[in-house]
Amino acid sequence: MKEITSQDVTQAVETLCISSNCTLSEDAWEAIKEMLKDEESPTGKEVLEQILENDRLAKEEKLPMCQDTGFTTIFVEMGQEVGVNGGDFYEAINQGVRNGYKKGYLRKSVVKDPLRRKNTGDNTPPWVHIDIIPGDRLKISVMPKGAGSENMSTIKMLTPAEGVQGVKRFVLDWVRERGANACPPLVVGVGIGGTFEGVAKLAKKALLRPIGSKNPEPFYAEIEEDFLKEINNLGLGPQGLGGSTTALAVHIEPYPCHIASLPLAINLQCHAVRHATIVL
Amino acid sequence: MVNPIRIETPLDEETIIKLKIGDKVLLNGIVYTGRDQAHKRIVDELEKAARENHKPKLPFVLEGQVIYYAGPAPCRPGMVIGPAGPTTSGRMDPYTPILLKRGLKGTIGKGRRSKDTIEAMRKYKAVYFVAVGGAAVLISKRIKRVETVAYEDLGPEAIYRLQVEDFPLIVANDVYGNDLFDEGIKKYRKVTQQGE
Repeated sequence: MKEITSQDVTQAVETLCISSNCTLSEDAWEAIKEMLKDEESPTGKEVLEQILENDRLAKEEKLPMCQDTGFTTIFVEMGQEVGVNGGDFYEAINQGVRNGYKKGYLRKSVVKDPLRRKNTGDNTPPWVHIDIIPGDRLKISVMPKGAGSENMSTIKMLTPAEGVQGVKRFVLDWVRERGANACPPLVVGVGIGGTFEGVAKLAKKALLRPIGSKNPEPFYAEIEEDFLKEINNLGLGPQGLGGSTTALAVHIEPYPCHIASLPLAINLQCHAVRHATIVL
Repeated sequence: MVNPIRIETPLDEETIIKLKIGDKVLLNGIVYTGRDQAHKRIVDELEKAARENHKPKLPFVLEGQVIYYAGPAPCRPGMVIGPAGPTTSGRMDPYTPILLKRGLKGTIGKGRRSKDTIEAMRKYKAVYFVAVGGAAVLISKRIKRVETVAYEDLGPEAIYRLQVEDFPLIVANDVYGNDLFDEGIKKYRKVTQQGE
């Protein structure tokens, strides 16, 4: 049994909240730079240049690249041989968020109740997903996500007959209609299969995958490539103002599902691709 | 891209009618921040005043002014303002035509506007500018002074008066009813085997 203290968890979450918000991940950086070379629209080029300049300044001055420092989603992979001592695990995570958002001068964007809407003042609570895995490691990934892109996400229960063409039609229609508001260039996270609640998690988890990485399954790698090409053919462009760079990547996360179901979820990620991971 | 057009607030009709979608603009002068809750309060006050037949008490005079849809991040000591990029404009669409009717001349945000808002911009001669969503640090460097004007209790959603210098914007809707989002797609869309 490996022992980890709740203080270690708090410290890790605090660090991740700040680093994820202030530093664009290297893969996103490279992808945007690459897209800038090929962007056909002068306005689109101008937008991509502003984004890169902004993200450079943010990293240099340790400021959040976007003022919407998001609702904090946290993915935890807990080795089954890990024990966390010294206090409530969830409270340790909450405290990490509290510290990170205060010390990092990050915006507090969480309301305590969805209808009565009073700010909690410290960006808690985060949404925590915990998966138990073999081994003695504790892996924590923090993903702050702004509402601009999160609001442009959806779930659709398709029928099995609709198949891959149905999935494609729905994804393309969705990005065409809603993509402009989600701050393109986007990463399009797609969950396919599982259950109603599970498919949403698949779509979000798909966003953690490095941009430029291929889906481990060749079948899905091909679909991702096809969807990406078609999305960039839509013409939305950077910020939706027209152009050839609408998405940096499409990531699909499949899962087994019921014989009568074909759940589909789309979680759009803005160009400020923010996530960071620590393994304890 | 052609050279940017430098304009100053408050905006007059002569300036506004020259702006066309796709124009790159550097805005100077005063803009007011305002988002969901602030808009609701202003419109509630306008409705209450109309009902009770008195002059509305507004946080600032709307005529000729520009509202920036933004809720900045906290300000670090020694800075003028925290990162302050635009938020999604569509959420303000239910309120915007009411403010345009009362003389508001410009709005700044990100993303598309509704048909009603675009029509109101045509009718009352106003423009919608897009600032680059997510370019919060870059934009904050163009903000030289900040004052809280109203609704301090709303925190980042309060109304701030910002003095801006060369705030980089793109005209997305003009007084002629044009929409850069629609035109952009028309221009850059590639028809594939998928077609429509």
